[in-house]
Amino acid sequence: MTAPASNFTETARGRRKRRQEVIAKWIFGSMAAAMIVPLLLIVGYLIVRAAPSLKLEFLLDIPRKGMTAGGIWPAFIGTIYLVFLSLAFSAPVGILAAVYLNEYAKDNWFNRLINLAVINLAGVPSIVHALFGLGAFVYAARFGYSIISASLTLAIMTLPVIIASTRESLASVPRSFREACWNVGATRWQTIRAVVLPNSISGILTGVILQVSRAAGETAPVMFTGAVFFKAVQRGDLLPYALTDQCMALSMHLYTLSTQVPGVQESIPYATAVVLLGSVLLVNTAAITLRAYLRSRKKW
Amino acid sequence: MNPPEVEPPSAPPLLVRAARRSLLARYGEKVFEWIIRLCGISAIIFVLGIFAFVFKEALPILYNDDFSLTQFLFSDKWYPTSELNKRYGVLAMIAGTASVTVLAMVLAVPFGLGAAIFLSEFCKPKTRETLKIVIELLAAIPSVVWGFIGLTVMSKLIVTYTGAPVGVNILNGGVILALMSVPIIVSIGEDALKAVPDSYREAAIAMGVTRWQLVYRVLLPAAKNGLLAAVLLGVGRGVGETMAVLMATGHAVHIPGSILDSVRTLTANIAAELGEAPAGSDHYRVLFLTGVLLFTITFVVNLLADAFVRGIRKK
Repeated sequence: MTAPASNFTETARGRRKRRQEVIAKWIFGSMAAAMIVPLLLIVGYLIVRAAPSLKLEFLLDIPRKGMTAGGIWPAFIGTIYLVFLSLAFSAPVGILAAVYLNEYAKDNWFNRLINLAVINLAGVPSIVHALFGLGAFVYAARFGYSIISASLTLAIMTLPVIIASTRESLASVPRSFREACWNVGATRWQTIRAVVLPNSISGILTGVILQVSRAAGETAPVMFTGAVFFKAVQRGDLLPYALTDQCMALSMHLYTLSTQVPGVQESIPYATAVVLLGSVLLVNTAAITLRAYLRSRKKW
Repeated sequence: MNPPEVEPPSAPPLLVRAARRSLLARYGEKVFEWIIRLCGISAIIFVLGIFAFVFKEALPILYNDDFSLTQFLFSDKWYPTSELNKRYGVLAMIAGTASVTVLAMVLAVPFGLGAAIFLSEFCKPKTRETLKIVIELLAAIPSVVWGFIGLTVMSKLIVTYTGAPVGVNILNGGVILALMSVPIIVSIGEDALKAVPDSYREAAIAMGVTRWQLVYRVLLPAAKNGLLAAVLLGVGRGVGETMAVLMATGHAVHIPGSILDSVRTLTANIAAELGEAPAGSDHYRVLFLTGVLLFTITFVVNLLADAFVRGIRKK
């Protein structure tokens, strides 16, 4: 009989176990890498192909020669219009909805129904949102094909994003804060205004920023409610559209350039994609950085 | 225990001030609370509104004698603009949606769950934070950009490596959709694994299992519901995705025979034809009916996913 292995020398079984562990780690690690590496390669490829067009002039110039040359200014400013107008609708409604769900709602069937509705609203396909926008805002409400119809559609589509993130940050305010405030005689709303909202403003802000990036990238909902293939505006004009006008949008411009317009200068669709992707990722990074910074400053 | 330090009140007690609050302030508050309630139920209003408006636009077609619902669902003949022989059958599009979504899930589920396991069990906290940020950014990429990638990069790769005549097909759409749904699967899957109590892990490790066994025998069974929810949400995303599949799957309305065939999905069909269908025409109404179908599918998928997620919370 061999002496029992001491705790300090490695048995064959222990070695095998350790080896298995390393193998498992590598397998799962490579699966994680498999989803990130292609992304980096693709983004790199897009930037390389877009390089000849990536100048400030590209951003500020209008499309020329039947969209086969020139820049993207009308689309870029159109997207800004759509995003901020949709934000003006969805931010207040979304934040107040989250306040209701987190501060007022009791755990009963009705509020569970609201939760289900929020989840389902987030899951409705973007093209169905487009159909809704067309039926409700363009025809029923008689807004016509306009910036206002498009941004209302976008607002409803991005509402769940803002509700979810606001709720999360409201829920992270400790209950003792509220109790302290109630105990000195404040009403529910006074507590929310003076204690809950100021303490969760960072998370709310992050949600609003994320909503911006989501709205900027959506194509289908604006394609049938207010965005057009081409609209003539002045180069670098900051206020080219009225709210009842149709406008161009960056996301739809990318779709048009890559599928409907023959003979586009090679680098232009790539550059459009890079501008869209770049702005969305930039906005998201800003939100993530802000969140990290504010979290590190949190005192409780 | 030390009593907590109490600040001496510097202002008159709040109770006194509350009694002095003006009528306007008190009624203003009531009004505001009602506004909050209204916003709270807005989600229900919008979901019902979406269904109502889409259904309302589709409804007249159901009373049309030339139209039958069975033909709509089970025929693959889609001739919406034909003069003599109009046919509205979406079976080919259903097959398109199903094939692209299934392929996407076959690719995305193993990788997504693998990555979720890596994130929650194998990597250091710092790596995890970095990876989670990357995943968040991955989830933020607009679908039209994915479609563009499919149309340019992926289609070239497919033509080069498989010799397919066109690069926009099921394979292309499936890969793009897989890349798009992986972030959802990873983040929900990681939450599900996180929800498994540490005592399970400790008990298993105390019995001398390897981490490999820990994952297969303990964590996966324990987190099964949450992981299923993650997959279902991925499916929901796949079925509902529009721009990416519109650009990456080609435009052939037929039941696909191989993975290199071009197809058209339900969503892409609406997006491609809504612009040409005159408002109020049969064609237009059928497209809205397709919308109702899509809404129903995603609604059921989301309800199921939610039921599974709720299952975890109850535990």
